[in-house]
Amino acid sequence: MTIRKTTAMIAAITMLAVGACSKKAPEVLPPAPEGTDTGSADSGIGNAVIPGSQQDFVANVSSDRVFFDYDQYNVDAEDQATLQSQAQWLQRNPAVRVTLEGHADERGTRDYNLALGERRANAAKNYLASLGIDPSRIQVISYGKERPAELGSNEAAWAKNRRAVTVVIGQ
Amino acid sequence: MTLRPLSLSLALLLTAAPVFAQETAAPAAPTPPAVTQTEPRETIEGQLSQDRTVIAVPALATPAVATVAGLRTDNLGRQIAEVIAADLERSGLYAPLGPASVRAITMPEVTAPRFADWKARNAENVVHGFVRTSGTGGLIVGCYLYDTALGSELVRQGFEIQPGDWRRAAHKCADAIYSRLSGESPFFDSRIAYIAESGPKGNRTKQLAIMDSDGGNHKFITNGQALALSPRFSPDYKKIVYVSYLADRVRVFIYNVDTGSQKLVTESRNATFAPRWSPDGRQILFSMAVGGNTDIYRISAEGGTPVRLTNTPGIDVGGSFSPDGRKIVFESDRSGSQQLYTMNIDGSGQQRISFGGGRYATPEWSPRGDLIAFTRMGGGEFRIGVMTPSGGGVRMLTNSWQDEAPTWAPNGRVIQFFRTTAGRDGKSSIWQVDLTGVNLRRLPTPRDGSDPSWGPIRP
Repeated sequence: MTIRKTTAMIAAITMLAVGACSKKAPEVLPPAPEGTDTGSADSGIGNAVIPGSQQDFVANVSSDRVFFDYDQYNVDAEDQATLQSQAQWLQRNPAVRVTLEGHADERGTRDYNLALGERRANAAKNYLASLGIDPSRIQVISYGKERPAELGSNEAAWAKNRRAVTVVIGQ
Repeated sequence: MTLRPLSLSLALLLTAAPVFAQETAAPAAPTPPAVTQTEPRETIEGQLSQDRTVIAVPALATPAVATVAGLRTDNLGRQIAEVIAADLERSGLYAPLGPASVRAITMPEVTAPRFADWKARNAENVVHGFVRTSGTGGLIVGCYLYDTALGSELVRQGFEIQPGDWRRAAHKCADAIYSRLSGESPFFDSRIAYIAESGPKGNRTKQLAIMDSDGGNHKFITNGQALALSPRFSPDYKKIVYVSYLADRVRVFIYNVDTGSQKLVTESRNATFAPRWSPDGRQILFSMAVGGNTDIYRISAEGGTPVRLTNTPGIDVGGSFSPDGRKIVFESDRSGSQQLYTMNIDGSGQQRISFGGGRYATPEWSPRGDLIAFTRMGGGEFRIGVMTPSGGGVRMLTNSWQDEAPTWAPNGRVIQFFRTTAGRDGKSSIWQVDLTGVNLRRLPTPRDGSDPSWGPIRP
């Protein structure tokens, strides 16, 4: 959950300028710390990964989360690839159940963002179901804007916060 | 929690009068502890009226110092005056001279003010009053307002209260003064439910909390283990609806203030959120997401089967009843972006009312019925504004990075909302602004605050 210092510095500077054109792609900003999301680097030596665990999941899928455009909830090609890798893991671990957490960035009002998070989590759930995953294995919860993954108020952070995260809850 | 209005006859005042012996008691008594507000002081931004009426508010007199429930009547006289002065100051209309800046009064002065003294302080009005024991373990507080130029009495009210309710007596007195001088309905003796926030931005602790309209009598209700959001006081202040993430689900609960127990608004596997009371407290609106699609439902506060009011593929959420209980204003993105709509309470007659630029959200119908307050999003900012129920006369009242979720004072003259600052250390706090867009103030709360909900005037 750490953010690079450069990102934080830029946050304050770009905030006002970026606000008006919120649909601009975040590519111009420093790359987000993708690597820290997988947790693969900190797998302790001699610390065996339990099959079907969250750690196992994160280590064996392309990402535990998919991202959305501002106020959107469609699953695009990149999201589909991510969810396909999740579906493959879920098929290998048929007893595992997951929660899909839907999140929104801070640029919406509270109640609306709860509804938007529901949309996003359900969109990801429906795509997993279309790949043959039993929907009864997937529960959904929306956190709206209550649990940002990135704390800055800038495009890069907002892009990371508009997400649906798959979390293993047990077998 | 009882407060009984008394009609203050001269006799009532005189029964206590023989007891007072020494007029100089007030200065001789040990300095009473000041009414300590919690750390963050109220801050004011924006302009105040240039010609605020100067009102002297000396400490209330007491015929004989007595101690009730650990409270001394002379200390209470000073503390009540401080609360009255703070209320009047917060209204933005008055420049009170509180008990710290004017001399104390004697019992006989309560009904026979020395007008020359107050005119010498440039006070156009002076508040006098007394505190005495009721003989039944309670207190009687007298509240008088005078016009110093005319030498006339404008307000005379008395309240019999339990000692722990002394702040209510002060608010009732301030309300009587405010109403008499401004012609507006009262609003100080009212309460606010809100969410107290603490902790880092990525993992905020959010607790349900309640307080008086001035931040007094603050109380945390939930301990913060589960996220709490969007509380609303029932019109009788006995219950609070709010969203809790208890057991990692998003559900509306009805919390009973007296018993401390709570129950679900409805049994459902789906997420329920954005609860609101009807004006009579018999119905609750809530939003429910089914398969990712959110619609608005109405249910009896006693339970039963929810009635679905909206039926579109868009997000329909929130809602606020008109004060006559016949219409509901709500938000929907069925047009492609968040906009405001009104409908009848059975869901019929849905029509869009917001058409300006930007997105409109969190509509709240004024208790006077004439306006709807909202959050408008545009240009990367959230601002608070008002419009008529048909969508006309849009007027923006605030201008900051994120001002969200207006709630009306009981008299429809003041709007509270929460303001969030940008960035990694962004925090929320509770603010209020007059309907005219002036007198912008931050309310002091022990922690950060969001989602304020202002209840009606107390009886």
